[in-house]
Amino acid sequence: MLSALKQFGDTYLMWQEGPLIWISDILILVTLIAIVAALTYFKKWKWLWKEWLTTVDHKKIGIMYLICALLMFFRGGVDGLLMRTQLAFPNNTFLDAEHYDQIFTTHGTIMILFMAMPFIFALFNIAVPLQIGARDVAFPYLNAISFWLFFFAALLFNIAFVFGGSPDAGWTSYPPLTELGFDPGPGENFYLLSLQISGIGTIATGINFIATILKCRAPGMTLMRMPLFTWAVLASSIIILSVFPALTVALALLMLDRIFGTHFFTILHGGNPMMFVNLFWVWGHPEVYIVVLVAFGVYSEVVATFSRKRIFGYASMVASLMAITVVGDITWVHHFFTMGAGPDVNSFFAVTTMMVGIPTGVKIFNWLMTMYQGRIRLTLPMLWTLAFIACFVIAGATGVMLAAAPADYQFHNSYFLVAHFHQALIGGVVFGMLAGMYYWWPKMFGFKLDERLGRWAFWLYNIGFYVCFMPQYALGLMGMQRRMYTYPAGMGWGTLNFVSTIGAYMMGVAFLVIVAQVLYSIKYGERDVTGDPWDGRTLEWSLPSPVPHYNFAVIPTVTGRDMWWTLKQEGRTEELRPRPEDIRDVHMPKNSGRPFLMGVAFFVAGLGFCFWWYGLAVLGLLGVAACLLLRSFEYDDEHEIPAEEIRHVEASLGRL
Amino acid sequence: MPRNPARRRIISTAAVVTGLLWLATGCGPEYLVLHPVGPVGRQELNLIVLSTILVLVVIVTVFGLLFYVVWRYRDKPDNSAPYRPEWSESRKLEILWWAIPIVIVGILGSFTVKTTYALVRPPEQNVKPLTVQVVSLNWKWLFLYPDQHVATVNYCEIPTGVPVQFELTADAPMNSFWVPQLGGQEYLMPGMAMQLWLQADEPATYYGHGANFTGEGFAHDEFRVVAVPASDFQEWTKQLQQSAPALTQAGYEQLKKPGLMGTASYGSFPPELFKDIVWTDGGRYMPGMMDMVSKPAGMTNAATGMNAMSGMGH
Repeated sequence: MLSALKQFGDTYLMWQEGPLIWISDILILVTLIAIVAALTYFKKWKWLWKEWLTTVDHKKIGIMYLICALLMFFRGGVDGLLMRTQLAFPNNTFLDAEHYDQIFTTHGTIMILFMAMPFIFALFNIAVPLQIGARDVAFPYLNAISFWLFFFAALLFNIAFVFGGSPDAGWTSYPPLTELGFDPGPGENFYLLSLQISGIGTIATGINFIATILKCRAPGMTLMRMPLFTWAVLASSIIILSVFPALTVALALLMLDRIFGTHFFTILHGGNPMMFVNLFWVWGHPEVYIVVLVAFGVYSEVVATFSRKRIFGYASMVASLMAITVVGDITWVHHFFTMGAGPDVNSFFAVTTMMVGIPTGVKIFNWLMTMYQGRIRLTLPMLWTLAFIACFVIAGATGVMLAAAPADYQFHNSYFLVAHFHQALIGGVVFGMLAGMYYWWPKMFGFKLDERLGRWAFWLYNIGFYVCFMPQYALGLMGMQRRMYTYPAGMGWGTLNFVSTIGAYMMGVAFLVIVAQVLYSIKYGERDVTGDPWDGRTLEWSLPSPVPHYNFAVIPTVTGRDMWWTLKQEGRTEELRPRPEDIRDVHMPKNSGRPFLMGVAFFVAGLGFCFWWYGLAVLGLLGVAACLLLRSFEYDDEHEIPAEEIRHVEASLGRL
Repeated sequence: MPRNPARRRIISTAAVVTGLLWLATGCGPEYLVLHPVGPVGRQELNLIVLSTILVLVVIVTVFGLLFYVVWRYRDKPDNSAPYRPEWSESRKLEILWWAIPIVIVGILGSFTVKTTYALVRPPEQNVKPLTVQVVSLNWKWLFLYPDQHVATVNYCEIPTGVPVQFELTADAPMNSFWVPQLGGQEYLMPGMAMQLWLQADEPATYYGHGANFTGEGFAHDEFRVVAVPASDFQEWTKQLQQSAPALTQAGYEQLKKPGLMGTASYGSFPPELFKDIVWTDGGRYMPGMMDMVSKPAGMTNAATGMNAMSGMGH
């Protein structure tokens, strides 16, 4: 019995690998026990199921995305700190090559797909329906499916570390390194399947928000009256829909290579690894715009609100979003200028890449001009936005330098590149997501996050960022490659690496301060009783915080851009208050446990394929099919909120 | 932050000049990319410097504007700066900042294209180039000299002032061949041959490393390029031919096994070795390497069905 347990432990739980695994096992176990105990003690199981696991309410789904994004930010951040600890000194032995390789792979994959993506989806869900005057997204049930596919994909990816082994070939996962010949374990399968599963959810989200924005706007909300955040979500969703299928194909073919022995990506039997590289970056580069455009949308809202001024050059802002959407789709080859495509191809993609800088530059100048002759309040969302402008200008600049193909031959795969994309993704996306989180937090929860702790986190994170990543540009020029688990002492890389590690720890501390800020503010944060704590401009600020689950008691009729601001200026805010006689019964979608169960089924199928356990895989796929079939025969999927109940809620909020 | 605009201008100018000096002189010899010793690396550095100057124009402008605007229009009761909450359009200004980046991209784009085409030609036209074949193995570098009939592992000797045509392939996962002081990198892939021109003008030993992740031994996937005067190079090859052991097919199979090793030298190697390696794994060639396309005698593997050039033309 004991030896069987040890056998299982060594094969699947990797107990022979030492303390890193044991500590993780214990932490996971303790956390699980704590969660179960807390839910049982406080009798919250039913609440969890009814209010959260089965919800189709976009606001709750948004909050769940936000919680997951922050958890994954923590996991990815710990990965980052482990790497920086290992690299603090030359010839360090804190991590061995195997663990370092796993950790940089999970760091990249988690930060992009399981942190940045759910974070933007959190903001999609929280803000878009409220900004356009809708009661929910176009397909609330599908929205729940998207979330649970993401959730269980993230779970699948994360358990790999203690169950079967994490992938270790980089988040880019290039064959032939990822083919069975070089990488026999289940780790790479975890990568392929979890990305595939979350990818299905992501494509569904893209479709959902395109439909929502195009079809569910309140009367009078013409396209050119939409808030720029909503425009950004539309642009991002269009990119999702156009490029995620390329990732789906790349992952599927590589999975066939690994699980069924095909040869799509090995030259020997007629395949070509370059096809994977192309497909991966056909998705992978626009993916950057998928996340950063949403952040741009946040900045546009924040800059206008906290400068108390209309956004400058609205039409230009829309045009530049759309220009980036299109041009961003034809720059992917700059990720492999050094793969011998020849001077014609390299020249074309070098110039298209530089061209993305044009609309981006326009946006920066328009934000500056929005602040110009405004009245700038340095609140937390605004601070992160200002920090973004400074940081992203440098990121864009080094991006243009990397775009010059022959210069890229020297930068490629070096720490110069590592510094660049961290600056673009942290300075561009993370700053934007935090700005968005602070901005809409009162709308979600009804209280503000503490300003003083927030400023501590802001300065720690920002200074930490520059201390961490500026030395990495220099390290790249010194010839240090990315993904080295250690480096020799004689190259002169030691000092800058040590400095960089200090910066990383400052960012880690900043994250803890943000956690402290949230916990402190739950108890002591300033309550938002008006629903409009920032003196906002768009429709969501005309609603109480938190928003009742039907959003608008009466769907508003929109008369102009920044309508809420205009009404406030003209003293006509009463026009957006519901009048009792206008309130009608509202049809809302019913909650359903099926999206959650479908996530479980996908998880089971994914796990089966990871270990070549076909029985389990088929069982999972049958579960998926059952969920789909049951949904097809579901006719009664709506419930009615009687007008009387809405009147009651609105009256209790003091709005009638 | 200084309140005086003139002082601010002086400070920002000083920052730009310092930055340029820093780039031009490099901070020290450990900044390998900033200290190229051959024409390829120098052309790449020129482009790096040009792009740095151009982007600094934007960086300095935006930083200046950002600090000015935030300071001038901050929200405090006694701020007398104009407040125009509805001002949101200016055709002139918008044309200006659509135009500025277009001009910058135009300038940098044209120099980029020029250099991109220049780098596929030998850096020195009047000197007969040397060919060195490079095979990336897990985790070591095999260098074959087809004309000198010698081979080395983890170091590579080249004559100064002579353009070197590196022909690259891998018999392992994809890697990238990078010698920062000679010039930028190029990938190596199994079943595919590619090429890269480099040249060293000064005799010295240069650091080289695999630049694309290849698995567990990647961090130690290092080699040296030893540049020596042409006469010394002749002498070295002769010495190897006479006294170094032969690399046999069996010896190659041994090298191919995953692992790390020091340097090694060989006085001969199977003449078709490079071609065999490329063909065993698939047999594709970069455009312009037509002379190598003929299939080695006796090859009857699965790659036979393939058109060597298909899919790789452009």
